[in-house]
Amino acid sequence: MSIAVQTEGSRRAGRVRGEKIVEFREVWKRYANREVLAGVNFQIFHGEVLCVLGPSGTGKSVFLRHINGLTKPDDGEVEVFGQPVARLSEEELSPVRRRVAMLFQGGALFDSMNVEQNVAFPLKEHTDKSLEEISALVAEKLQMVGLPGTQKKMPSELSGGMRKRVALARSIALEPEIILYDEPTTGLDPVTSEKIAQLIAEMNLRLQTTSVVVTHDIVTARTVADRIAFLHQGRFQFVGSFQEAVRTGHPVLQEYFRSMGFPCGTGDFPAVGENGGKNS
Amino acid sequence: MPPLPESATTVFYRNIRWLRFVDRFGRKGQGAVEYLGYLAQLAGEFFTASVTRPFYSTELLREMDEIGVKSVSITGITALFTGMVLALQTAYSLSAFGGKLFIGRVVSLSLVRELGPVLTALMVGGRVGSGITAEIGSMVVTEQVDALRAMAISPVRRLVVPRAIATVVMMPVLTALADVLGILGGLGFAVLALQMTMQDYLSSIWNQLQISDIGSGLGKTFFFGFEIALIGCANGLRVEGGASSVGVATTRTVVLASISVLVSDFFLTKLFLSL
Repeated sequence: MSIAVQTEGSRRAGRVRGEKIVEFREVWKRYANREVLAGVNFQIFHGEVLCVLGPSGTGKSVFLRHINGLTKPDDGEVEVFGQPVARLSEEELSPVRRRVAMLFQGGALFDSMNVEQNVAFPLKEHTDKSLEEISALVAEKLQMVGLPGTQKKMPSELSGGMRKRVALARSIALEPEIILYDEPTTGLDPVTSEKIAQLIAEMNLRLQTTSVVVTHDIVTARTVADRIAFLHQGRFQFVGSFQEAVRTGHPVLQEYFRSMGFPCGTGDFPAVGENGGKNS
Repeated sequence: MPPLPESATTVFYRNIRWLRFVDRFGRKGQGAVEYLGYLAQLAGEFFTASVTRPFYSTELLREMDEIGVKSVSITGITALFTGMVLALQTAYSLSAFGGKLFIGRVVSLSLVRELGPVLTALMVGGRVGSGITAEIGSMVVTEQVDALRAMAISPVRRLVVPRAIATVVMMPVLTALADVLGILGGLGFAVLALQMTMQDYLSSIWNQLQISDIGSGLGKTFFFGFEIALIGCANGLRVEGGASSVGVATTRTVVLASISVLVSDFFLTKLFLSL
């Protein structure tokens, strides 16, 4: 599996960057007198998989939630598809949000609905498709995430990993152009984490989407990322490919990799199997 | 001996204490004003969302069942026993003046004008208001409300509108039922314990009760229903943090809904009397 991942990674690293679709300009966000985002300037390009790494509580999720307008900045501009999302009302944000899906940390499946109703929900809300078409699409999306035949199960009957996969099926139901992943592998065992990471990479290739993955799981980052962005003290301290991140002399990033149990700064990063995902 | 002059330090600390009090009072006041502002904003969003598409009719029916049909038993039992105790108290306190004759009148007027609407609202406020807060609050904690927003679906349309409309529609229905059951409770007590005839009891009601009494009683319940649902939804949507915050918000809903029902009852009664 690690060979497949390496090959995939090399292929992805060489991909040509598309046009800019998300831009942060001098974005500031404070919570209780703490600057979570301190003048962030950043661009995300079409078709890439960006992994945002950083210690807990540094504002990775806050950064992510600015992209679909769930959180508004105190100052600065966030542009998504050329739209100033920070200045749009909830109603005005609707067209942007239909093009940007989000996978939440706990899945955020609706408890009162079964798997089929959950996945069908955005389709029923935003399309004029017939029930048969929706049912077929639901089956197709569940097949894509490796959970065929689970339509009638309730969220409470699913394991953590299955819930995240159903949530992913729901996220891709409207075939979004950007998928935001908030800690997609947190709380999962290494094997399931890797399955989810593979799924993220696969979705990106099959659906030609742009993906922004917030994580502190380095194995996931290595499996899926075209670019790594390391957030610390309200700013991106490092932006580059995974191999560059491993080889960089940036002290905070090195410290972060070491604290996650991975040596870095001296050479190639160890293969997935050698680490066994112990950082997660 | 004249009192010693206060030292500058004592004066300084006393002023600090005063400042602290002013600060605390100010913060509480600011919180209350912010909360009222949020309620007003949510009410505005509710009115806009309830007259524009899309409508969630299935959700509305589900909530009418949840809020209305499932509240029938508690409001019914409350009203039945209130009617009985009213008959008992009237017979006891007015026995020296031939109070039996007034039982039907007292029971029906008290129930239809005041106790039916208020007690039903308090019961619904406790059961439904807290239920709404707990449900929406847990959806907030588990990011389901954010998931709705991220899918470009308004939580106000999807969660607040069906619950508020269902409560506003079901409150008068529940109150009417409570009025009838309360009067029947009084009738049962009067006939079985006080040996009154059914005809005496019912004719005293028939002669006394005006359409305006029923209109005033039921008219208030639309407002009560809206207050309960709005407070329930607002407290649920404002939950921050984990499961314990849901518990705190639920308790707050019961307290605020009860107080708002009792306070607004006075003003609504005055309003209806002046009409």
